Amino acid sequence: MVDHLDFRNGAVSTETPVSIEEFLGASNATAVRIEPGEDARALLPHLDRLALVEVSFPVFGDGRGYSSARILREAGYQGELRASGDVLVDQLFAMRRSGFDSFAPNAPLDPAVVKASLERYADVYQKTVDGRRPVWAKRHEVA
Amino acid sequence: MYRYDNYDQAMVDARVEEFRDQARRRLAGEMTEDQFKPLRLMNGLYLQLHAYMLRVAIPYGTLSGPQMRMLGQIARKYDKGYGHFTTRQNIQYNWIKLEDAADILADLASVEMHAIQTSGNCIRNISSDQYAGVAADEVTDPRPWAELLRQWSSFHPEFSYLPRKFKIAVIASAQDRAAMRLHDIGLELVKKDGVIGAKVFAGGGMGRTPMVAPEIRDFVTEDEIIAYVEACLRVYNRYGRRDNKYKARIKILVHELGVEEYRRQVEEEFAHMKTLGIDPPVAELDRIRSYFADPAYESGLSEEVNRSDPDFALWLDRNVVAHKQPGYAIANISLKPVGGIPGDATAEQIELMADLAERYSLDELRVTHAQNIVLPYVRKADLYALWKELDEAGLGAANLDRISDIIACPGLDYCSLANARSIPVAQKIATRFAGNGKEAAIGEMKLKISGCINACGHHHAGHIGILGVDRKGTENYQLLLGGSGAEDCSLGQITGPGFDENGIVDAVERVTDLYLAQRSEGERFLDTYRRLGMAPFKEAIYG
Repeated sequence: MVDHLDFRNGAVSTETPVSIEEFLGASNATAVRIEPGEDARALLPHLDRLALVEVSFPVFGDGRGYSSARILREAGYQGELRASGDVLVDQLFAMRRSGFDSFAPNAPLDPAVVKASLERYADVYQKTVDGRRPVWAKRHEVA
Repeated sequence: MYRYDNYDQAMVDARVEEFRDQARRRLAGEMTEDQFKPLRLMNGLYLQLHAYMLRVAIPYGTLSGPQMRMLGQIARKYDKGYGHFTTRQNIQYNWIKLEDAADILADLASVEMHAIQTSGNCIRNISSDQYAGVAADEVTDPRPWAELLRQWSSFHPEFSYLPRKFKIAVIASAQDRAAMRLHDIGLELVKKDGVIGAKVFAGGGMGRTPMVAPEIRDFVTEDEIIAYVEACLRVYNRYGRRDNKYKARIKILVHELGVEEYRRQVEEEFAHMKTLGIDPPVAELDRIRSYFADPAYESGLSEEVNRSDPDFALWLDRNVVAHKQPGYAIANISLKPVGGIPGDATAEQIELMADLAERYSLDELRVTHAQNIVLPYVRKADLYALWKELDEAGLGAANLDRISDIIACPGLDYCSLANARSIPVAQKIATRFAGNGKEAAIGEMKLKISGCINACGHHHAGHIGILGVDRKGTENYQLLLGGSGAEDCSLGQITGPGFDENGIVDAVERVTDLYLAQRSEGERFLDTYRRLGMAPFKEAIYG
């Protein structure tokens, strides 16, 4: 069982993220944590100095963090994007597709189940920020 | 109709295996019910009063004969021999074992069907006009867009944990047969300067706070529809309320922000979305469209129908509607026999409808949101033979859009949310009006019954609506008048104090008697109500 998942080849931050309020204040932190009700777009002017954005999932059913993640990636954020909290194995696939590349789940995950659930779907229907070519692109040989 | 390619098939096959694994982990105790619940819900599996209920998606209500046959087989093999067609143009089975669920999904996948996203806080089955492709009044067949949206919404990573469920309807006629404006998003395909695009409505819905969706954009071209809908969803996912599940639907967000502000936010997001290249190329829409091309219609067919059998003539007048192609007709099979359960069919009836579709309707059927079945391609010359077979199987009810063609939710007989039973009320009303002979005189009447405030039986949209509530431990029924889910969309108003089970049947009769006495030439019940207002009806009921 593992309590952290990293899809960044070890390039993960060890800094403790600060709140978005603190970050946008006088802080020189390079790691920030955003809660479900907070606006990820407030971070867009500061992406260059960010090494870690931790998106909090207090309960797995609150899906606002998926939008936060995509918004950051769509704006070109290249740093670590971590989902933390009530992160369950069955949510990992959608989280990866939304741009998350590290995970700090409350409850440890079984790596074998993680692998199986991430590899289950050979193809995807939507173009998101993960670089995967959707089915329509393959059908019509477009990028 | 649409057929899966290898990509589509692999997707549903993978889903079956994923669910098989999840069910195994649940049965082995590796997952709690709380953890399993959202996963089973996204596969259409509900825990009801007596057993699991499985809801199977019938995308935009279109299915083939072999698919229908499989639905019958599942009813026989895994249920107690019944299927229940729903107001979402789906089918559900009320007596399912968790141990069998993955096998059922595998059987469905073998005929290109699934139960993906038929529940849960995600984008649900896309609904559409049951006469799509055969209606004389449509701008274009709406189903290619519905299929495009089906694929786009399947496993959408950003929108799998929305504040609440999300329903989209696509139509392409001025006449609305899909209650489009009572959906979270309604798309009406229109032609502007020779180009097809969508008029977009958002924030409609029923439930405890019914709203008619306002128009939020008058035109989106067909190559930007996905980007626009995605923008609508993103604003909702980020700002829809999550503190109270009864205020979590998009209608509340649109209402609280105001249409102008919601529109502004969507436009801003849309401008951004357009830069991401998330819309499939028009070639993809064309690929899907090719599956919905007109069939090889026969020409020179007879327009004559022999009306000498009076029972057949009645069915012909009530259940058969005009087809765009000469020599053909659209035949509606009513699942509302007097005294029956609205929307229910036995395994044998489902299989028979599959056979009839194969022999008389180019192997295709439709499910309507009014819980009936349509055979969309019947040669007029075959109508009598078709009706004979339907009638022998108890499927010949001649009551389309009449007072006994009732939409009713499963109610307290099955549903764990219900406050009151719906089915017995539907049965009593149908029986009363069959006995008193007034159904024919009343004409078009849409009567809809919900067993609780969640409004699965569309009572807000009924010309006459009935809402079952719990009043100090006894079932009580409120009466609503003046609703419509059609192009003249409106919400019904409550008449006043509620009734017991027999009282509500009497009240419905008093209301219809007043209509029969007061109507002007050519007026439907709804028209008379709108002209006279509530007062005289109230007087007739309570006076």
